Amino acid sequence: MGIEKRNVASTYCELHCVHGTWGTRETSGAGAVAHIQLEGFSHLSEEDIRELERICGPEDVLCSGPLLEDYSHDEMLRVRGVPEAVVFPETTGEVSSILRYASARKIAVTPRGSGTGLCGGAVPVFGGIVLCTTKMNKIIEIDRENLTATVEPGVLLLTLHETVEKLGFLYAPDPGEKTATIGGNINTNAGGMRAIKYGVTRDNVRGLEVVLPSGEILELGGKHAKNSTGYSLMNAFIGSEGTLGVVTRAVLKLLPLPRRTLSLLVPFDSLGEAIRAVPKVLSTGILPQSIEFAERNVIFAAERYLGKKFPHTGAPSYLLIRVDGNSVGEVTSMMEAIGDACLEAGAIDVLIADTQERQKAIWDARGAFLAAIKSGNQVDECDVVVPRDRIAELVEYTKIVSERTGVRIESFGHAGDGNLHIYVIRDSIPDDEWEKRLEKAMDLLYEKGEELGGLVSGEHGIGYAKRKYMLKNLSPGEIAIMRKMKAIFDPQGILNPGKVV
Amino acid sequence: MKIIVLVKQVPETSEVEIDPVRGTLKREGVLSKTNPYDLHALEAALRLKDEVGGEVTVLSMGPPQAEAVIREAYSMGADSGVLLSDRAFAGADTLATSFTLSRAIQKIGFDLVIAGMQSTDGDTAQVGPGVAELLDIPHVSYVREIQKATPEALTVTCDHGDYFLTIEVRIPCLLTVSRDLNQPRLPSYRKKKLTKDKPVQVWGRKDLTSDDSSEEYFGLDGSPTRVERIFAPERKRVREIWEGTPGDLAGRLYHFLKEARGK
Repeated sequence: MGIEKRNVASTYCELHCVHGTWGTRETSGAGAVAHIQLEGFSHLSEEDIRELERICGPEDVLCSGPLLEDYSHDEMLRVRGVPEAVVFPETTGEVSSILRYASARKIAVTPRGSGTGLCGGAVPVFGGIVLCTTKMNKIIEIDRENLTATVEPGVLLLTLHETVEKLGFLYAPDPGEKTATIGGNINTNAGGMRAIKYGVTRDNVRGLEVVLPSGEILELGGKHAKNSTGYSLMNAFIGSEGTLGVVTRAVLKLLPLPRRTLSLLVPFDSLGEAIRAVPKVLSTGILPQSIEFAERNVIFAAERYLGKKFPHTGAPSYLLIRVDGNSVGEVTSMMEAIGDACLEAGAIDVLIADTQERQKAIWDARGAFLAAIKSGNQVDECDVVVPRDRIAELVEYTKIVSERTGVRIESFGHAGDGNLHIYVIRDSIPDDEWEKRLEKAMDLLYEKGEELGGLVSGEHGIGYAKRKYMLKNLSPGEIAIMRKMKAIFDPQGILNPGKVV
Repeated sequence: MKIIVLVKQVPETSEVEIDPVRGTLKREGVLSKTNPYDLHALEAALRLKDEVGGEVTVLSMGPPQAEAVIREAYSMGADSGVLLSDRAFAGADTLATSFTLSRAIQKIGFDLVIAGMQSTDGDTAQVGPGVAELLDIPHVSYVREIQKATPEALTVTCDHGDYFLTIEVRIPCLLTVSRDLNQPRLPSYRKKKLTKDKPVQVWGRKDLTSDDSSEEYFGLDGSPTRVERIFAPERKRVREIWEGTPGDLAGRLYHFLKEARGK
C-alpha cells in the first residue's frame, strides 16, 4: 500500500503544476458561496480493504498491481490520480454498502464507467476508492409497450444500440464513443451526433435509481412519458458527473427505429461557407438526424488512422448530414430539399451516400476523428457550445488563436447544435512551452466562447479540467446554489471531490 | 481510351430470403442497389479517363428497373449507358450472360472492359472472364492496383490469395477488380440533376443479332446450367480447445485427423 500512497501524493503536485492551485477555487465572489470541504479524507487501511472485500467479494476489489494505473486517468490523460482501491460492485445493495462505509470513514469515492471521459471527471484526484460500474452491465428489460429500456449503469452504449436496434427500436443519443457506459453518458449528459433531432441524454432518460453517499437509495421518475410531480430530482443527477450520487439503474426512452437513413457529404470552398449553410438547411423545414462539420486535415488524419480512403478529399471543408425516415421515397425527397439548399448556399456539390457501404465510409471516418487527432500526440480539448448562429465566428477564431499562440488547432463537431470540439495539439512543442501555449490558447478560446454567448461544455462535462472555466462562465449566484445542492446530497463531500463545483 | 464498365443490379441486403418451394430468391419487395464491386470498377474507369482521356460507357443486363444502376453511374460521371433488357435474356446463367454482354460490347466498341470481380448475389466471379473469352481478349482477374496506363498497355497487380502478381497486359483487354483497388466516389446530386433527362439506350435481342437461330445462345435456352435448389448453407462450426503439452497435443491431433479422414 505504501507505494500507492506515495503516488497519490506526487499526483497532487503534478496537478498543481498543470492546473494552478486549489487556492483559486473559492474566489468566485459572493460571500455566501458554500465552502466545499476538500480536506481530511482518510487513506485506506488494511481493515478498509477487508471491509470492501467483505461487501463486494475479494475478486471485485483491486488494490495493487499494474492494473491500478488504468484507473488513474481517463482518455485525455492530462488529469491523473491513483486510486487506493478500485471496487466493482454488482448490485445496488453493494453500492449502497460501499458508500455508507466510505461516508462513515470519510473516504473519497470516485464513480467511474469505462473511463472514456475527456475532462478528468472519473479520475480519483484525491485517491481513495474508485467505484467502477462496469460489472453492473445487464440490460434488465426492454418494455415494448412503454417503449423503455431498463439498464444497469455499466451497459456499454454499443451493446444497448445493438440490442434495441435488433428489436426495431432506437436509443437516440449517439456520442462518438461507443465503448462509453450508459452511466457515464447520464453523468455527463452526453449529447452526440443525433442531438439535433432527438435531443441529448437528458431528453432520453425517464427514470433513475440513485444511491446517495449516505447509502440511501432513491427511485426517481420511472416509465412515465410525462412527469410534473414536484421538482425533478432526477434531472439534478443527470450531468452531475458523479458528484451527487451513484446511478445504479436507468429507465431510458426508446423510439421506433427509422427504417431508412441517407447521408450527404457536402464539400465547401471554406469552413465559413459550410457553417453558414447550416441555417439554410434547417430552414427547409426538414430536421436532419445529424449535421456535422469537418475540415480536410481531420479527414486526412482519419484516413491515416483507419487505413481507409474517404470518398472525397478535394475540398477544404465538409458538412456531413444524415436524415432518417421510413421509406426510400421519404429520405430521397429530404435529400433533394437539403441538397438544393446546400447548392444555393454555395456548396461545391452534394454527394449522396444512400447505401450502407457508402454511409459507413463516411461515418466510420467521423467516428474516428478524435482518436485520429489524439493518435501519437498530446492534445487538450475545448467542448464549448454557442448559439447555433455564432458557430462560424468561433471556428474562424480558432485559426486566429492558432496563429497567436503557435499551436496547431483542429476542430470538428456538431454544426447543427453549435457544439464545437476544438483540439489544441502539441506536436513537437517542448514541455514548458506546451503548457504555457496550451493555457493561453484555452483561455482565449473560452473567452471567445463566452463573448459569443456560449457555455463551457456542450457534452463532455466539467470534470476536473474545466472547473476553472466554469467558475468564470457561470454567475456566482448559480455556483452558490450548485454548491448548496452538493452539500445537501453529499454533506461530507466524499463523492468525486474536486470535480464540477 | 474507350472503356466499358459492366454493372449489375443486386438486392440491397445479403439477407435475401429463399422461396423454399420454388427454390428461387424472393426478390419481390427487396430494394436494389449497384453491385458494390462494380462501383470499384466504375471508379477505376473514371480515374483512367481522367488520366489518359477517353469515354466511359456502363453496360448492364436486367429487367427495365435496372436502368437505376445506369442512372446512378451517370451521377458518378459515366458518359453513356446501355441496358440489355429483353424477355429473351431472362433466366440466363453465367455463360448466356457472358454471351449477351460480349455481343453488346462488340457493338459498342472498346479498348478496355472493367467489371467487379463478382456480384454480391451470385458470387460466381465467372461473367467477367467469360466475356473476355468470348471476345477473345486477355483478362486479369482480382485486380487490386493499376500502376500504369498507356493507350497500348496496362500494368496491374492482381490478388491471387497467397500472392500478388504484377502483370503488363496489352489493350484491348478485360479487368475484374477487387475492393482494395480504390474508394469509389459518391454519386453527385449536381450530376444527378444534370443527367436527369440523359437517355439510357435499351437494347433487346434484335439489337444484338439479326440471326433468328441465335435464340439458343440467349437467356434460359442458352444456359446449360440448371439450378435445382437454392438454399442457405448450414453453418456448422464445432470449436474445441485442447490443452496439454506440445507432445500430447501433437499425438492427439494426429489421431483426430486420422480418425476424421477414415470417416
